[in-house]
Parts: sequence; structure tokens; C-alpha cells
Amino acid sequence: SPQTKGAGQDPASLAPAASLSSHRATVEHGFPSQPSALAYDPVLRVMAIGTKAGAVKLYGAPGVELTGLHKETATVTQLHFLPGQVGVCGWLLSLLDDNTLHLWEVCQKDGCSHLEETRSFGLPGRPGCSPGITRVTVVLPMSSCAVACLGTEGGAVYFLALPTLVLLEDKTLFPDEILQSVPDEYRCGKALGPVESIQEHPRDSSRLLIGYSRGLVVLWEQSTRVVQHLFLGNQQLESLAWEQSGKSIVSSHSDGGYMVWAVSGAGQKTQQPVMSTIPYGPFPCKAISKILWRTCESGNPFIIFSGGMPRASYGDRHCVSVLQGQTLATLDFTSRVIDFFTVQSPEVAEGGFENPRALVVLVEEELVAIDLQTPGWPTIPAPYLAPLHSSAITCSCHVSNVPLKLWERIISAGEQQSPRLSSAAWPIDGGKNLAQEPTQRGLLLTGHEDGTVRFWDASGVSLKPLYKLGTAGIFQTDCEHNDSLNQAGEEEWPPFRKVGCFDPYSDDPRLGVQKIALCKYTAKMVVAGTAGQVLVMELSDEKSEHAVSVATVDLLQDREGFTWKGHDRLAPRNGPLPFAPGFQPSVLVQCVPPAAVTAVTLHSEWNLVAFGTSHGFGLFDYYRRNPVLASPSRSPCGSRSAASARAGCRARRGSTPACPPPQVQEANAQLAEQAGPPEVEMTPVQRRIEPRSADDSLSGVVRCLYFADTFLRDAAHHGPTMWAGTNSGSVFAYALEVPSQEKFSERAVEAVLGKEIQLMHRAPVVAIAVLDGRGNPLPEPYEVSRDLAKAPDMQGSHSMLISSEEQFKVFTLPKVSAKTKFKLTAHEGCRVRKVALVSLASASSEERLENCLACLTNLGDIHIFTVPSLRPQVHYGCIRKEDISGIASCVFTKHGQGFYLISPSEFERFSLSARNVTEPLCRLEVARLQDTSCLRWDVSQGQGGFAMAASLYPHPIAPAPAITSLCVSFQQQLDGDAEAAASQRYPRPAQPRGTTLPYRQ
Amino acid sequence: MNRPHRGAAGSRGLGTMEVKSKFGAEFRRFSLERSKPGKFEEFYGLLQHVHKIPNVDVLVGYTDIHGDLLPINNDDNYHKAVSTANPLLRIFIQRKEDADYSAFGTDTMTRKKNVLSNVLRPDNHKKKPHIVISMPQDFRPVSSIIDVDILPETHRRVRLYKYGTDKPLGFYIRDGSSVRVTPHGLEKVPGIFISRLVPGGLAQSTGLLAVNDEVLEVNGIEVSGKSLDQVTDMMIANSRNLIITVRPANQRNNVVRNSRTSGSSGQSTESSLPSSTPNIVANFLQGEEESDEEDIIIEDNGEPQQIPKAAPTSESLESLTQTDLLHESTQNGFLPSSEVNLNHSAGSISMEYEVQDPGHKSLEEDGTIITL
Repeated sequence: SPQTKGAGQDPASLAPAASLSSHRATVEHGFPSQPSALAYDPVLRVMAIGTKAGAVKLYGAPGVELTGLHKETATVTQLHFLPGQVGVCGWLLSLLDDNTLHLWEVCQKDGCSHLEETRSFGLPGRPGCSPGITRVTVVLPMSSCAVACLGTEGGAVYFLALPTLVLLEDKTLFPDEILQSVPDEYRCGKALGPVESIQEHPRDSSRLLIGYSRGLVVLWEQSTRVVQHLFLGNQQLESLAWEQSGKSIVSSHSDGGYMVWAVSGAGQKTQQPVMSTIPYGPFPCKAISKILWRTCESGNPFIIFSGGMPRASYGDRHCVSVLQGQTLATLDFTSRVIDFFTVQSPEVAEGGFENPRALVVLVEEELVAIDLQTPGWPTIPAPYLAPLHSSAITCSCHVSNVPLKLWERIISAGEQQSPRLSSAAWPIDGGKNLAQEPTQRGLLLTGHEDGTVRFWDASGVSLKPLYKLGTAGIFQTDCEHNDSLNQAGEEEWPPFRKVGCFDPYSDDPRLGVQKIALCKYTAKMVVAGTAGQVLVMELSDEKSEHAVSVATVDLLQDREGFTWKGHDRLAPRNGPLPFAPGFQPSVLVQCVPPAAVTAVTLHSEWNLVAFGTSHGFGLFDYYRRNPVLASPSRSPCGSRSAASARAGCRARRGSTPACPPPQVQEANAQLAEQAGPPEVEMTPVQRRIEPRSADDSLSGVVRCLYFADTFLRDAAHHGPTMWAGTNSGSVFAYALEVPSQEKFSERAVEAVLGKEIQLMHRAPVVAIAVLDGRGNPLPEPYEVSRDLAKAPDMQGSHSMLISSEEQFKVFTLPKVSAKTKFKLTAHEGCRVRKVALVSLASASSEERLENCLACLTNLGDIHIFTVPSLRPQVHYGCIRKEDISGIASCVFTKHGQGFYLISPSEFERFSLSARNVTEPLCRLEVARLQDTSCLRWDVSQGQGGFAMAASLYPHPIAPAPAITSLCVSFQQQLDGDAEAAASQRYPRPAQPRGTTLPYRQ
Repeated sequence: MNRPHRGAAGSRGLGTMEVKSKFGAEFRRFSLERSKPGKFEEFYGLLQHVHKIPNVDVLVGYTDIHGDLLPINNDDNYHKAVSTANPLLRIFIQRKEDADYSAFGTDTMTRKKNVLSNVLRPDNHKKKPHIVISMPQDFRPVSSIIDVDILPETHRRVRLYKYGTDKPLGFYIRDGSSVRVTPHGLEKVPGIFISRLVPGGLAQSTGLLAVNDEVLEVNGIEVSGKSLDQVTDMMIANSRNLIITVRPANQRNNVVRNSRTSGSSGQSTESSLPSSTPNIVANFLQGEEESDEEDIIIEDNGEPQQIPKAAPTSESLESLTQTDLLHESTQNGFLPSSEVNLNHSAGSISMEYEVQDPGHKSLEEDGTIITL
């Protein structure tokens, strides 16, 4: 909820920004963290995913997304759509690991669909029995939609009325009842074990197939309570499936085998299956946890199962096998298989075929769809649920209002990258997207640990992958990085096929992308990485083979007595290299020492790229391919730089500025002294209070770089300038001599240090911006010349906004004097993490813009200030303050939105603007008979019967605020995070296999 | 160059005041306009001028109505001297190098004679060296207890001046809890406490803070409801001029006021309710912005300079230009002796406008604080 600050202030001054914005989280992009359950509704053509955090997410056609969250934070272990029939659909049953069942309902509100929990149910324990006995192992909503069967650990099957969730106690089927029909020699006095599977007969809904863990499978007539058929299996049962005609069943077992059994008339006992096989035998295999049988018109039925791999040789693989006749594909995933389903028509006529269109597999880190109707079973590209973290995200950057031409070129480059994908339409296409077409094209770029940059279409609700740029190929790395796994030998058994793109293993941590800058008008891009590499790239529609020119820039200027003890620079490959259409590197600049790049900026009009590390900053003319400037970012003091070199090679520590190692040692020494007296209580957490010192080993980290055409030396002449801000509160401003366009090749760019500012509070400089005579931020390069922005006011005097971690300050230019300031940390006790200069457009007139400063703090709050007067306006809680990686990952867009990672694989999108909101608005047609909705009212006495009335009372619609759009126009989206900057410098050990990487902090 | 003075004859008129200045064995008499005494620096220049000692550093003193010899070294005590002089302002000037600081003092009647004799015959009376009283620009604030008059006696507001010392602030804070009187009776509430003082640090050497003192405010902002990390950040952000309001763990050394109602804010001194503190308007807040540290700029590889405040209005510009002019007269050194014809009846002289030598102007601006 927004809180307005500065009650004593003139209310008029508060009005603009305070009334403009509202803050809310709008949509989650990417792949849900820790999925744990999957379900599919063939009628609605909607898929549901449950997570360990208790979230339930429905996905249909792109843009159709519904989200619900259980009140309990428990793992969703099972999800089941109530079988859709005419009149009733859109009900979803979830089972949590606390053994409660929850009924969810798709309800309509203001014309849009929402997911709401309507009831919950807990199976009561049986007196005198351990509570584990009634743990639900299997849930089957019957196609009549009136009853759900619950199989339990104790072997009993309970029946639950739907949708009231009232237990039908007299109908419970205890294992004793079944055992009466079981021959004595099979019984052997042993229990049947937990219920492993319950499957409804595909043709006769009163008959249930019940499988017990011990291996017994029973076909049971529910209405007459008669056992119709006994299948006396002797292998421990894992799952059961019907053949769709109801004439056979298939059972899968813990030994890695499956059996096909014939179903015949009543009163039968079958000892032996028709067929029994261990597909990956003969050596011991792991269990087949789930099996499906799908008939197919074109030939043999599909048998699809998960697991069953040979224990010794491939026991660690996560596989789903698809078998059709003699054709077998072993789909090899990089993470654990959660569940899978096939997509086919919901109604199959008598004697017809199921003809599955696609197989959809949910694994722990991604969702993969396989086209079963195209030979070779290619993958169908998913329009959502993109595994953002296929390699850990190391940085991100948002480009708004992308010109159509660049957009099309990027899409075309992306399409040429993945020719092996299926052209089939995305099979899960239920629901209708009601959201308006995005008004502009937004591009989200993510840098990854493996050296790739991924381009995402962030214009709408679903984040679509567009293009992937790899930089690893430019360097010599230990391991040749290509898709060699896909070219496995033909003879290999099992016939593994690598699917999915989740690949958390980085060949070389030095490849990690730290900073990205893209000029959307010239399609030039800079990608900078962990080993001090700065790549200048250009978009080309043709493939090319060329050599990348390499330049080395010594940021320490051969300082005496310095030895770098960190990682080596990345050795570039020699000679011409082939490049696919897309962004192709033209120049590689390598910083010396090869510390991680901490800031980068690009000016495509001046052909300049500026970059900074923990040691200094440089300026490079990529047109002439010449370094213009290289400067250490701290005073030349031998001992200090040596200390920084040591810090550079030290393993990353969780040290904060408040508690650096020397102080820890001191504190420990103190504690040792106190150890004597026995009354020493638990040592409390202490914080040392000391001003920031210039000797901090991180003081040289360059935090931000900025280009501006402004007045640096005198008020009469403006010209190109470059600004650099460091971790110790220093700002360096250079006047640049940039030749005119025609003379680029003749004359070199020159840089002269014009000003050096030291902020006395020495807090890291997070961002720098120059404001024109009207107080507006200067436009981006080419924005004015292409008529996309108003020319800046060069008549009035410019001013400069410097944001440190503690304060915002505005100074005049060219004569530097302090104009206004706001001491955020002194007032609020929070520090600045991210900053963006925003301008607020009033609703009455789009022309009138108010500049504001949006700031994300280390407490996860977003504050908004006026510019240049720096008056606090309003603030919102946005991210939990404990979510350090979320705060570190936040980027603002130019239009009042933002993104931050809520898990390694998911971006939360939020909106600060009341008008510019990207959120799912969709409708699922769940035509429901009047009387079924009445059911929601008449039962409230049942166990756990919740009547959720919220859906009946639509929330009042908030009145539209006066100011309706919020534009961010501050390109420095920097990691406002000292720890972040610190950790970027430290070489990280290669990540062990099998761990997911958190967002770099 | 010597401009005619207005009202030369009527020197004893209502607006003027006679000044009798003594340097060594020489006396000078002149008069000043009582309503417009000007600045100390002008007066100092005037004295150097009339005594023909343009380049001699001197100490200026005057005798007040009690006969005490008091220093004049800034605008405030200069104006005090002018306003209290009745009818004559007696000025005593000593060379700085052989000044006798003990001559200045407050307990006067008994030493009156000596004072004068000391001043008159400084060589006869050798004294041990004394602490130099610096000029105002050299003054440095020191750590102190402030706002005693407005705070409850149970609280103490401490101003720690880090500026100008090499000592570390030298303390640590921790989370803790204290028992408070609340509307619901006694309650344990979380608080922030000083956990440790570093030996030799500023906090310990001033003796104003102690371990287990509860921190209530940092630079006027309450810490209740803030986390230890937030309070740490606030303190570090204010570390150059840190004002901490504490409830001392040791309540026996509290400042006891004579009148319980004398506090300007009328706060109950007994109150330890948390709600009693925030309403107090702290005195220091007014001067806070001014006392703030200033950032430094180096232009074109020149010398580091403090970044001035941007002039907000034209009126302040005016006052600044005036200051510049005043500087000129103070630093302007030499006048031909023929012009030093300062008859005491010469009347009220606006000396500051008398001499304008543009040649010195550039020199002037160097090293001074304000150049706009």
C-alpha cells in the first residue's frame, strides 16, 4: 500500500507523483520455481502446474494465465481437473503434502476469469490407527463429476462428494473387502499395501481399476461393490493405465518393467499378463513411475513411460521413453521428471483412436512439448514458461519501444537458429486472451553465466524467447561447447535424445555476462563479461566469416608493484570465425587486469564504448578501433592496489561494508578476551559504526558510466562528455573531442579530464544523469535526430544528478555548485540499490511531463522523488527485504514497469504506473449450470467446507489516477549493490554439477 | 583618494562613538558610527591603518563596562564592544607574537590594575605560553551534550564530531530490549543499544556514551521500529556529524535542572514513554544543513575545493559581492602616511569604501571560501 511522505509539505508539491502511480505486481514471467504437480484438462485445453510453495498456475493459449495460491505453504503433490462435461468444468482438485484436498474454481469477474479456492477437505484419521494410514496416495475425480476416489496409504479407498467435498463414509472400500475375493495362496496373510493407482474404465464409469502396491490389481464395480476381475501381479506396482477401448490394461512396476493384461468378463482371476517386458533390461533397472497407453490410427499404439533406466549405467538420467512399435526414443532431460500427459481430443468414439497430438513433459526446470504427429517427434517451441535460468542469469537489461525494423531482424535471426523445432501449433490453446495488444515492443535481455545473451519479447503477458546470442565461441575454452550430445552415435542403447535447454553447467565462469548495452537505433550492442572482456557487436542479417579484432586496455597504466592474482583473461580464438546471422562481434576489448566489468555504456553516435572494472575505466573508439582513454579509478597508492589484488583472488565472501573482515577479526579478538566470565550471554549481533573509509579495498569499483552532450568547462560551449562514478564516492568527468561524422576515420577522439568530484560521504555512486535547462534528462543518442524525442534545452543551464547509495544530489553545470539534495539513508535508514529517472505524463495532456526519480532500496521499497527538487513523494513496498537476489536483479522499464527475479527462473513484473500495466486478462469458457453454482452455498457444514464469497462481490474498481503513464528515461540501470559489485570481481569456482545457480548477488 | 567625510564636525552626535585605541605607547582616537559598526575585519583593517601597522598581526582587546579586558576577534564580540561602549570604546592592541593572553579575563575587578599594567608593560611580565584563541574560521566543533534544556532528564543527546579528528568513532550497536511504561502496563520492547566502545575511539574518549545506553534517536529520527541494519546505515550516513539521543544505562549522572518546568518545550522530565521524545524539536536541526560536510571538486587538475551551495536568489548574490568588497579593504595594506591624518574628530568614516585597488582583487579571491 502506498505511503505518502512529508506530511508537513505543501500538498500541491505532493500531488503530481503521489496521485500518479500505484504499485502492483502484475504477472510472473518464466518458469515456476520448484514445480511439483501437473494436470491437463482436455476440454478446456488448459494445463495446471502446482509448486512446492503452494501455487497453482493455469496456462492455456499464450496470454491465458491464471494463478492461485494456497493459504497453506505446502507442496502441491497432485492436481486433477474435474473431468469436463457439458455444464461442469473449470474445477480443479489439488492435494497438498499436508494431506488436505482443495477445490479450485475458475470463476468470472468483470468478464475475466480468475482462479479461486472454494473448499478444502482433510481426510479424518481412523481411530486407533496411525495417521499415516489415511495419507492420500491417489486422487481420481470420476467422470460423472459427482464423486472423487481417494486411495490411501492404508489401502482403503474413500469416496468424496463433489463439489461439496463431503466424505461419503458408508461407501469406503477397505482392503478387507477386496481380500475376501483374493485366493488364499496369493494372500499369504500379507496386506495389499497402499493404493498406487485408481483408473476409471474408459467406457463404463462405474467400474474402477484399483492397483495396490503389492501388485494386486482389481477391477471393481462401484455400484454393486463387486470385484469383477483380479489381476494377481507379483511385482511391486507403480502405476496403471487403460487401453482406451477398455480391453486391456498396462501396469508398470518397480523393477523397471511393464505388463499388459487382458480384461475379460466378470468373475475372472488372471495370473499371468499377456505381455511382460523390462525395456531397458536385462540388468537391474529403476522403477517405471508412470505409464500411458495411447492408441493411434496410423499404427501401433504409443506406450509412454517415465523412468525404467538401467540402474548402474544410467540410473542418474531423467528420462521419458516413447515407444511406438519398433520406434523408441529415450527423451533425456537435465532435471527430474515431475509428470507428463498427452494432448488428444477429449472424446473418442467407440472403436476410434486417441491419436495423441503431443506429449507434454514437466521436468523440474522446464516444460517440453513433443510433437507426436511429425516423424522424428520434434520439440514444439513453448510460447511461455521459458526456462530463464537455462544458464544462471547474471544480469538483465530492458529496451523499450524497439523499432519494428530491429524487432523483425532479431526475430528472423532467432528463427534461423532453431530449424529443428516442430512447426506444429502449440497444443495447449484453451481460453481467450482479452488483454489489449501491446502498444509497443519491449525487449528484455538477460545475460547468462555461460556467456549467452537471450532476447525475450517482453511486450505482453507471456515472455517469449526471440533470439540467443552466444559469446563463448569467440574464446578458447577448455571444453568445446556444442550440442555434441545430440549427435550421439546411432548404435547407442538406450537411444537417448537430449531435449530441453536447461543446462546449468558453465564450462568457464569467465564467460559470464556482466553488463549489456544495446542501441536500438543502430543495432549495436556491447556485451561485457567476468574476465574483463568487452565485445562490440553489430546485427547482421547474413552469416559471415571474419576475424574479430582484439585490443587490450591496461586500466592500471602499468602501475608498479601490482600483481593480479585472479583469473586469466580469456584467450580469443585466432583467425576468421564463422558467425550465424544475428549479432556478430566486430571488436573485442580486453581489460588488464582481467577483473569483471562492472559498468558499461555505449554511444553509437560517437562510436564510443566506455567500460569500467574494479580497477579503472576505459574509453574505446570502435570505429577506429583505438583506445581513447584508460584510467585507474583510485589514487596510485601501492599498498592499496595490492590489497585490491588480493581481494580480487579471494573467494567470494558474504562480507558487507558494515562488517568487513578486519573488524570481524577485531570482534573475535574481543570475544576471546571476554571468554573468561561465565555469565557471558549469547553474543548479540553487533554493528560497527564508522564512517566509510577511502581505504576500502572495493573503493575503486567503477559503478556507473554515462555519456552526455553538456556544458562541462564553460557555459558557452557544450560538447560530448563522459562521466564515471566509483564505489568510494568519486565522480570523474571528461570532456571529449569527437570529430564530426565525416571525419571519424581521420581524427582520433580525445578525452581530457575536466572535473573530479569527491562526495564527502563516500558512498558508492550508483547513477549519474545530466538534466537539460528545463530539468529533463538528456535524450539517448539518435533519439533526437530520428525525431523520437524533443531536442534538449541547450539554452538554460544544465544540471547534474548524482545518486549515491545514501543520497541524491543535484549540482549545477558547468560551475559545480550544490543545488538540492536528499539524504535518504540519514532519513530512512535504507540504501539505494537501483535508480531510474522517470517522467510522469499527466492524463490531461500527454505533452506535460513531470520528471521523477524512482529508487529501489535495500529494504525492497520503491521511493519516488521529484526532479530536480528531490522531494520525496510516495513509496511502496515491492520486494521482500530478505530477497537480496530479487533486489539485485531489478530493472525498470521506461514506461513505469519493472522486473525482478522471484526465483532463479522467474521474473515478477510490476507496474508503478496506473495506466501502463501488463497483466493477464483472459477468459476460460466454463459454462456452468445454474444449479451447480448453487451447490456452493448449501454446504458449509461439511469437513473443511469453506464458502468463499469473495468471487460474488467484485472488487470496486479503483478510479483512474490523473497521471497515467510513467516513463523511465535513465539508462543507468545499475546493480545498486556494493555486494554485487564486489562479488562480480571475485572469480567463482566452477559450479558443481547438479546445483542450480542463484542470481548473482 | 581620501574622500571627504560626512559630518566631520559633529563627531559626538547621536550616531557616533569615540574610539581610543592604544598600540604600544601610541594612542589613536577616531570615531565610528554606532549604528553601522561594520564587520570586525574592516575594523581590524582600520586599526592597522590608523596605527600604521599594515602587516603586523595583532590581537585586539577592549575594556568593557566592568573594566575587563576582553578580546575582539569576530563580528559578534566586536558588535558587543561597540554596543556596550559608553561613551568611549577603549581598544588595546598587542602584537600577536608577544601577546599576553592572560591579560584577557573575566574576573576583573581585582586584576584590573594588573591587566592594564600588563598591557602597558608586557615585557616586564613574562608569562608562560598560553593557548592561542584561534580565529573563528579555525574553530572546530567538539563533541558535546546538547539540548539539555528540552530533553527529559533521563535522556541525553550527544553530538559526536568526527570532523577534524583522526580518531575512529569507535562504537558498536546491537539489538536488545528494554522495559517501558506503555498504556498496557510495563512491556518489553525491542531497542538498539550501544554494545561496545573501542578503546581510544571518539565515543570512549568523550565519555558521553557508554555500553548499554539505549539509542533512541539518530540525528532527530527515531529508531524505534527500525532494524539494527537500518540504524547502522543511518549512523554511518550521519557519521561526520552524528547526534545520538540515548537513555544512558547509568542514570545517576543525569543533568539535573533547577526548575523542572524550565525546559523550553515543557516536556515532563520524568516521562520515559516513547511518545514523549519525538515531539521535541531539536535545536540542532536548524543548523544541520549548514554544518553538513561539503563535497569536493577538482577542476582541470587544479586544487581541490569545496563545492559551494548554488545561490538560490539574487539577494544573496548581492550580499556576496559586498563581502568581496569588504575583503579588499581588510587586506589592502598600505596607505601613504599623508593620508593617515586621522583626527579623532574626522567623524564617522566608512573606511571600507575608501580604498579600492583593483590590482589586488585576483589575489583576494584566491583562498577565500566563496567565489561565484
